[in-house]
Amino acid sequence: MRKDKALLLKLARSDRSGLNPDELKRSDELRKTEISRPLVMVNSSTSGIVAGSLLTWKAVESYAADRSIELDLTETGSIGLSSEDPVVSVQIPGRTRIFFSRITEGRVPSLLDDLFHQVVPDGNVIGQLLREGQEPWENVPALADLPFFALQNRIVMESCGIIDPFSLEEYMAGGGYGAFIRTIRSYTFSEVCELVTASGLRGRSGGGFSTGEKWKAAFRTPSDQKYLICNAEESDPGAFMDRTLMEGNPFQLLEGISIAAYAIGSNRAYIYIRSEYKDAIRRINNAIKELREIGLLGDNILDSGYNLQISLRKGPGAFVCGEETALIASLEGKRGMPSSKPPYPTTSGYLGRPTVVNNVETLSNLPGIIRKGPEWFRSIGTEESPGTKIFSISGRVALSGLVEVPMGTSFDTIINKIIGGAGRGRELKALHLGGPSGCMVPLDLMDLPVSYEALKEKGLIMGSGGVLVMDDRTCVVNTVRFFMYYLNKQSCGKCIPCREGTRRMAEILASITRKPADEEGSTTLERFKGVMQLESLAEVMKDTSLCGLGQNAPNPVVSTLKYFRHEYEEHIFERRCPSNTCTELRTWYIDVDLCTGCTVCAKKCPADAIIGTARHPYFIVQEKCIGCGICYDVCKFSAVYYK
Amino acid sequence: MADQAARIEKILHQFPQIKRNALIPLLQAVQDEFGFISEEAVAKIGAHLSLPTSKVYGLATFYNQFSFSPRGFYHVVLCNGTSCHMGGAGDLLNEITKLLEIGDGETTRDGLFSLEVQSCIGACGQSPVMSVNGTYFSGISVKEVREIIKQYREDAER
Ligand SMILES: Cc1cc2nc3c(=O)[nH]c(=O)nc-3n(C[C@H](O)[C@H](O)[C@H](O)COP(=O)(O)O)c2cc1C
Ligand code: SF4
Ligand code: SF4
Repeated sequence: MRKDKALLLKLARSDRSGLNPDELKRSDELRKTEISRPLVMVNSSTSGIVAGSLLTWKAVESYAADRSIELDLTETGSIGLSSEDPVVSVQIPGRTRIFFSRITEGRVPSLLDDLFHQVVPDGNVIGQLLREGQEPWENVPALADLPFFALQNRIVMESCGIIDPFSLEEYMAGGGYGAFIRTIRSYTFSEVCELVTASGLRGRSGGGFSTGEKWKAAFRTPSDQKYLICNAEESDPGAFMDRTLMEGNPFQLLEGISIAAYAIGSNRAYIYIRSEYKDAIRRINNAIKELREIGLLGDNILDSGYNLQISLRKGPGAFVCGEETALIASLEGKRGMPSSKPPYPTTSGYLGRPTVVNNVETLSNLPGIIRKGPEWFRSIGTEESPGTKIFSISGRVALSGLVEVPMGTSFDTIINKIIGGAGRGRELKALHLGGPSGCMVPLDLMDLPVSYEALKEKGLIMGSGGVLVMDDRTCVVNTVRFFMYYLNKQSCGKCIPCREGTRRMAEILASITRKPADEEGSTTLERFKGVMQLESLAEVMKDTSLCGLGQNAPNPVVSTLKYFRHEYEEHIFERRCPSNTCTELRTWYIDVDLCTGCTVCAKKCPADAIIGTARHPYFIVQEKCIGCGICYDVCKFSAVYYK
Repeated sequence: MADQAARIEKILHQFPQIKRNALIPLLQAVQDEFGFISEEAVAKIGAHLSLPTSKVYGLATFYNQFSFSPRGFYHVVLCNGTSCHMGGAGDLLNEITKLLEIGDGETTRDGLFSLEVQSCIGACGQSPVMSVNGTYFSGISVKEVREIIKQYREDAER
């Protein structure tokens, strides 16, 4: 089916009052506000697929085939409720769309049976999407009223999980691409730079640098060729907002890239994306193809004289490749190692030309800013940090997923009100912001408004927006050890303070989470010296590392030494892990009632700590035990336990 | 191995522009085709781009995506991202290492299993997550891992 280009451009551009009845009807069909047969949408984003949505998809297909029912089955992105996947939404003609949680394949037949008989099934209901002209279901909460959605302000994520990410037509019928069309028809390059500067948009990857100012620097540098690079590496483990934006609404990102490229006077843009992001890659490739077909990419776009090519480049994976100079090196076919700045990429970047590197979330904000104006954008968030920020929340939480809130919202609102706290009757202990090189935040700071300036004041960083929630079962020291081990593996090795400092920190932390092999001699002293070293080591790493990886690597250590010193002390002085996480600090016992005296544990114990007589209960000599847990692994009678 | 050589040649032909920029996409194409990058491939790519083999190898080893030994019949991917780690991925890794007697990036001697530890596969809501040949297992325990591996072993014997 060929797309009706003229109609789509009209739908994207005008407000609905300018449309004739035929056009209105087509627009409603494309936006799925009016449908003629049932519509089933399955979240096929990464999180959905991991939870089993491909099987759900097949179950819907065979349900329809078996009963000869005609229905439309389409993919969608995530509405942000990752822990509820596979999320499926169903809309039958005339009625509102309902969203359901955890629809695994077996649940498909009964779900559809009920709905096709106009009955709302018991359980698994998330809520309904209220829309004008559609009859709501009784006793089904509106999505917008649920605590999860009510306290959010979804601007960038508005259409994620709602629209079909493979349909340019649906995106355009909802006003998509209107901002880009307006940009190239009505504004000069520098007018777009000014407009975005006026909106106050700051880079969402963590630094919070003014997007408009960055563009201006590149725009002002004379050159025959300029580049725009979308940083879709999202190297931070635990962060999945960029991926979700690409999977849920790839056209919005491409529109943002097009606007940014135009603003700096570039006709060449690259999306540098992690090779593991297969589902995002599939959607972006499709989007580029559709945009080319309709003439929104390529030469002389809409007769404006403006040309733009966007290509996708797969990053072969390395944490440090998210750093912009490393990313550029990788794009040039070299090892992804950072180089010193200045010169900044805006003066000398990809192939030595002026280059702007922007993050996915930053770019996805642009269509809205152009469409609704900088004043609108400034009215959201705080004075110095306008707009919203998406946080990806995982760890020990009731719900895990993506939350988009105005800047300045407190952690308390995000974690306790929107996400529902630690869940399962557990107590919150701490938050960890910004991935492995981020900061640990104690509960005393839960009221802190989340904005660049408020966090900075407390010595914290926002990072890319990953929030790891820790409950009373998590060990602070152990978590920091994990981060440090990770950072050591990911250091590109160029700077000695980063390469060796992370290694030394990981070693020191490991020694604290383990019992010393012997209490005599210098081992205890070494442990002490190590801990004393941590702080000065952190200073050196911060001051002398070349890139943000090494500069930020000490963050978790510094923030936990500041806020969770008592946990370090318990590990060091009492050789106790208060949350019982550090395996090797556990105190092991043998249950006399369960032990058959089979001797297996005594034979395997590396420390000869288990004694007894065969066929009688054995016991552990605590002074000798090094806490390796081997006895626990080998006991066939579950007689070994720990406290 | 004539077949392998021909397949490599075919990939090289898809990259006629012999610029350094082509190096990573070329390695990716070889990795996609064979699941790993053989010595032969490194040599051929070097010759094609007029780069010393050591340069090609040095670049390839820098990145996580490339592996240098063939994958097993069953390729096990374990996520050890922050959320999965907190959910017990460390214990799962210990268990898998014990069961298969291989570490990250290795393949069992009989070629049946290979293991890859990834730093975040992006399904933090389902942690801990493991996949075998693209089939995902989420929210799994040590016991379940044991059963999954056992099941695959039995399937292979049949
Ligand atoms: C070690 C390191 C990793 C980074 N990883 C990412 C990343 O994965 N994604 C990203 O957009 N920016 C990342 N950045 C920030 C980029 O260098 C760059 O500042 C950013 O892409 C600018 O985009 P923005 O101005 O839109 O925020 C990283 C920086 C450092 C130091
Ligand atoms: S700080 Fe670390 S990651 Fe960054 S350039 Fe130096 S060694 Fe490489
Ligand atoms: S935990 Fe290890 S050292 Fe301690 S008794 Fe058991 S086997 Fe022996």
